[in-house]
Amino acid sequence: MSLLFIVALPFLGALLPGLMNSAGRTATAGVTFTVSLAAFIGLISNLPSVLAGEVVATRIDWMPSLGLNFTLMLDGLGFFFALLILGIGLLIIAYARTYLSRDDNMGEFYTYLLLFQGAMVGIVLSDNILLLLVFWELTSLSSFLLIGFWKHLPEGRQGARMALIVTGMGGLAMIAGMLILGQIVGSYDLSVILQNRDLIQADPLYVPALVLILLGCFTKSAQFPFHFWLPHAMAAPTPVSAYLHSATMVKAGLFLMARMWPVLSGTPEWLIIVTSAGLVTMVLGAVIALFKHDLKALLAFSTVSHLGLITMLLGTGTAFGAMAAMFHVLNHATFKAALFMSAGIIDHETHTRDIRRLGGLRHLMPVTFVIASLAALSMAGIPLLNGFLSKEMMLEEATHTVLFGTPWLVPGLATFGALFSAAYSFRLIGHVFLGPVRDAYPAKPHDPGAGMWLPPAILVVLVVVIGVAPFLAEPFVKLVTASVLGDAAVVPDAHFKIWHGLVPALYLSGVAVVGGLFMIAIFNPALRLWDATPRPEAKVIFDAIVEATARLAERLILPLHNGAFTRYAAVGAIVIFAAGFHAWSTGTVGAPTRAVQAASPVVIVGWAMLVAATVGMVLMHRNRLLSLILIGIVGLTVSVGFAFFSAPDLAMTQFTVEVVTIILLLLALNFLPNRTPVESTILRRVRDAGVAIAGGVATFTLAYYYLLREAVDTPISEFHLANSYKGGGGTNVVNVILVDFRGFDTYGEIIVLGIAALLIYALTETLLRGPVRARLLNRQPDQPRAGDVHPMMMVVLTRVLMPVVLLVGFYIFWRGHNQPGGGFIAGLVVSIGIVMQYMASGFAWTSARLKYPYHGVIGAGVLIAGLTGIGSWFVSKPFLTSDFTYVRLPPFEKFELATAALFDLGVFLAVVGAVMLSLESFSRLARSAHSPDSEHPMDIDPSRNDPPLAEAGSVREGL
Amino acid sequence: MELLIASAIGVMTAGGLYLMLRLRTFPVILGMSLLTYAVNVFLFASGRLTVGAAPILSDAATTYTDPLPQALVLTAIVISFGMTAVVVMIGLGAFLGSDDDHVDDQPEAIDKTAEAGQ
Repeated sequence: MSLLFIVALPFLGALLPGLMNSAGRTATAGVTFTVSLAAFIGLISNLPSVLAGEVVATRIDWMPSLGLNFTLMLDGLGFFFALLILGIGLLIIAYARTYLSRDDNMGEFYTYLLLFQGAMVGIVLSDNILLLLVFWELTSLSSFLLIGFWKHLPEGRQGARMALIVTGMGGLAMIAGMLILGQIVGSYDLSVILQNRDLIQADPLYVPALVLILLGCFTKSAQFPFHFWLPHAMAAPTPVSAYLHSATMVKAGLFLMARMWPVLSGTPEWLIIVTSAGLVTMVLGAVIALFKHDLKALLAFSTVSHLGLITMLLGTGTAFGAMAAMFHVLNHATFKAALFMSAGIIDHETHTRDIRRLGGLRHLMPVTFVIASLAALSMAGIPLLNGFLSKEMMLEEATHTVLFGTPWLVPGLATFGALFSAAYSFRLIGHVFLGPVRDAYPAKPHDPGAGMWLPPAILVVLVVVIGVAPFLAEPFVKLVTASVLGDAAVVPDAHFKIWHGLVPALYLSGVAVVGGLFMIAIFNPALRLWDATPRPEAKVIFDAIVEATARLAERLILPLHNGAFTRYAAVGAIVIFAAGFHAWSTGTVGAPTRAVQAASPVVIVGWAMLVAATVGMVLMHRNRLLSLILIGIVGLTVSVGFAFFSAPDLAMTQFTVEVVTIILLLLALNFLPNRTPVESTILRRVRDAGVAIAGGVATFTLAYYYLLREAVDTPISEFHLANSYKGGGGTNVVNVILVDFRGFDTYGEIIVLGIAALLIYALTETLLRGPVRARLLNRQPDQPRAGDVHPMMMVVLTRVLMPVVLLVGFYIFWRGHNQPGGGFIAGLVVSIGIVMQYMASGFAWTSARLKYPYHGVIGAGVLIAGLTGIGSWFVSKPFLTSDFTYVRLPPFEKFELATAALFDLGVFLAVVGAVMLSLESFSRLARSAHSPDSEHPMDIDPSRNDPPLAEAGSVREGL
Repeated sequence: MELLIASAIGVMTAGGLYLMLRLRTFPVILGMSLLTYAVNVFLFASGRLTVGAAPILSDAATTYTDPLPQALVLTAIVISFGMTAVVVMIGLGAFLGSDDDHVDDQPEAIDKTAEAGQ
C-alpha cells in the first residue's frame, strides 16, 4: 500500500468513530480497529521491500518554494516504529473497548486516538523535516486531548496542560533547530540531510542546532529535567498511558535521536549532553519509581528511567549502543505496555491503584498475576525474558563508555539504575500480587474478561519468545540498526545470546538483581528515610514558573489591552495616519496626468446633499432614528453617484443593499435605546474630532491625488474589456468579471456571506436559549405599539407586488450577463420582496408559507456554484472555467446559455439565503419579545368572524 | 469634479471616524457604515471618474470606464452588509445580555471579572 494511505488512513478514519457513536460501543471500537488494521496491513505489505533493504518513498510537492514537500519514506527504522505504533495501537483499541465505562464518550476517545496514531505514523514516515515538525506538533495536540480525556478530573486537565506546555515548548525549540539544520544543508529533505554529516558537524551552528533539536527530543521523551510531565500525564485513562506513555509518543524523541543519529552523533557535545541526560534520568526515575505507591506513578517513573537508559545508549555514539537502544525500544514497548494494561486491569477490578491497599492478588487474579509478573521480571532483567537481553547489552556498552574522563562513572551509575529498576519490579510483584490476601479491597477483585487480558497477554508472549529465542529478533533488530546507522557506521556482528560467558556485564547484572532483592528486604526503613529526605517537587517549581510568566504577561498586556475599544480605534487611526504621513512626506509626488473635469450642477447638488447628511449625522447622532434616516440619505446619494459615474451595477447593488441595511438597523433599534446619552467630556470630543479631521484630510488628499494620476502604467482592465465578449460571452463586463474572470473570488465571497448569516443565526439561537429569552419576554416596549399591526393596504399591495418583484428579479438575473444586473442584484431584489411580506403580513404567516429553510438556500447556492466550478474538471479544465453557447428558441430572440449563469444562480441563492437568514434571525428576537403575532395576514378581515379586538387580545394571551 | 468626490470621501471618513470613537454601539455601527461608503467610493474612484461610459459592450460605444474596480466594489458592498449585520447582532446580543450598550469594557465589569477569576 502506498505510504500516503498508511498515514492518511488514521486521519480519515478519525471521522468514523464519532459518526458510529450512536451505533453502540462495540461498533465504534470495531470501526476504529478496522481502520487501524487496514493501516497495519498496508504497512506489512511493504515488509518485503524493507527486508530487501530498499527505501520505499512517496513524494508530493506541497510548497516547494518553502522547501516543504509531502515526502514520505519507509526504511527499517520507520518500519519498526510504525509497526510498534500500529501493532500496539490495535491491542490498545481492543483493550479500551472493555476498559472505558458507559459514561465515557467512546467515539470521542477513538477519534482522538486515531488522530494521535496518524500523527505518530506521520512522524516516523516523514522524509521532510518540516513535515515531520507538523506531525510532531500534531502529536502534542492530540495527546493533550487524550490526557485530558476525563475533563471532569482536575488532575487530568492539569496533567494535559503540563504535557502540552512542556512538549509544545520543546517542539518550538525543535522547529528552530530544524530550520538551522535545513539552512546548513540547503534542503529540508531528511534523505539529503542524512548524507551531509561532515558539512553539519563542521558548521559553527551545529551546537545550537543540536541543543535545540535535543530540547525537542528530551521534552517529548521525558528526559531530565523535563521528566516531570510524564507522571502527571498518568491522570489519563490507562489505555492512553499504555499507548502514549510507554510505547509511542515518549518514544518519538528517541526516534528522532535515532533518525538524526548519523549526522548529529559522535561529537563530544552529543556524547556529553545525551549520555549524561540519559544517565541522570535513568537513575533518578528508577529511584523515585521505587517509592511511589500509585501503581501507575511507579510505572510512569520506571518509563522515565527506561527512556533515560535508551537515551544514554544513543548518546554513546557507538554502533553497538545504537543497536542496544533499538533492541531495548522493542523490549520496553512490549513489557511496559503489558504492565500498564495490567495496572489498568487492577485499577478496573479493585478500584484502587494504591500499592499499600493491594497485596495477595495472585489467588484472586491468577491470569493478571502471570501476565504482570512475567512483564515485571522482564523489566527487572531476569534471564529468559527479553528485558534481560537488552539490559545486558546496555551494561556491556556502559563498561566501554567513558564520561568526563572517569571510566567507572557510567557503568557504576548504570548498575545503580539497574539495581533500582530490579527493586521496583520486585516491589510491583511482591506488594501487589504476593503476600496475604486482604480482607478489605475497595472492590472484590477477580480476573477480567478476555477482552482486557488478551492484549497484554499477546505482548507477554512476545516478551517470553524474544527472551527465550533472541535469535528470532536479531535479524530484524539488525535491519533497524542498519537504517539508524546509515552510512556512518557498520552494524556490529555481536549476536543476541542469553549466555555470553563470564563477561563484566553479567557480574553487573547479578549485582543489580541481588541488590534489588536486598532493597525490597529493607524497603520499609528505606521508605521512612525517603519520606524524611526533603526534595524539590517538580510540579511546584513548574507551577511557580508558569504563574510568574502569566503574571509578567498580565503586567505587559493589561495596561495596553484594557478593554477600551474606542481607544484601540483611536490609536489605530492615529498610527495609520502617521504611517501614511511619513510615506507622503518622504515620497515624491509626480505631476498630475489626468485633466480636472468640470463639475456639473447635478454633481454639486449631490455633493451638497452628501456632505449635509454626513455632517448632520455627526451633529445629531444622539437621535438614533434621525441618524438612521440621514445615513439612508448618504447611501442613496452614493448609489445615485454610482449611477452617474457609469456604474449601473454598483448603483443597483448599493440601492438594494441600502434597503435591507436600513431594515436591519431598524430591527436592531427596536431593542436599543432611542437616544445616545451625552457621556464624553468636551476634551474627549475635541480629541475625537481631531482624530477624525486628520483622518478625513488624509483620505481626501490621497483620493484627490489618485483621481488626478494614473495608478499604474497599464491597468489590466483593458484585458477584461477586450475578452469579456470573446471569452466570457457577455457584454456586461462587470458581471463577466464577477462570474467568470474572478469567479473564484466571488465563490469565496458568497461563502463568507453565508458564514456571516449562519453566525448571526447561531448568535440568535444562543441568545434565545440563554437568560436573554426571559428578559425579552418580560420586556415592555418603550414605544406605543401601533393598533394596526398589519395594515390592510400594505398586505394587499405587497401581495400584488410579489409576483412582479419575482419577475423583475428573474429579469435582472437573466439579463445580468449582458446588461446591468446579475445574481447579486437579483438576490437582493428578491430578498426585499420577501421582506415586504414579512413586514406586511407578519412573521408567522410568512414563515408558514416558506418551503425551504434559509440555511438550505445558502447551502444550495454555494453547492451549485461549487459544482459548476467542479464541472469544468470533467472536461479537463481548471476550476470554474466557463463555457457558453447561443440558442434560438422560436418565438424568442436568440439568447445565450452560459455555465456562468449557473454559477450566478448559486450567487443568487446564497445572497437570498444570507440576507433572509440575517433578517429573519433579528425578527425572531423581536418575535419573542412581543405577544405572539397573529396567524392571519390582516388584522381585520371581513370574511373572518373574529371576536372583538379587546377580547381577542386576552384570548391570545391565554394561548 | 475630482475635488468634490475627494472631499466627499474625506468628509465621510471624518464623520465615520468620529462616530466610531463614540462610546455606544449604535453610533459606532453607523460610523463603520459611513467608513464603508468612504472606502467603497475611494476604491471605485481609483478607476477614474467617467460620465456616460458604462462598461456594457456595444457597437455604438467607443470608450468604457474601468470595470475592474466596479466588480471589486460590488462584492465589497454585499460583504459589508454581511459584516454590518454581524456587528449589529453582536452589539444587540451584548445589550440584551447586560442592558448596557457601551462599546468599552466598563471599569466595574473589569473588577467583577477579575474577582470571578480569582
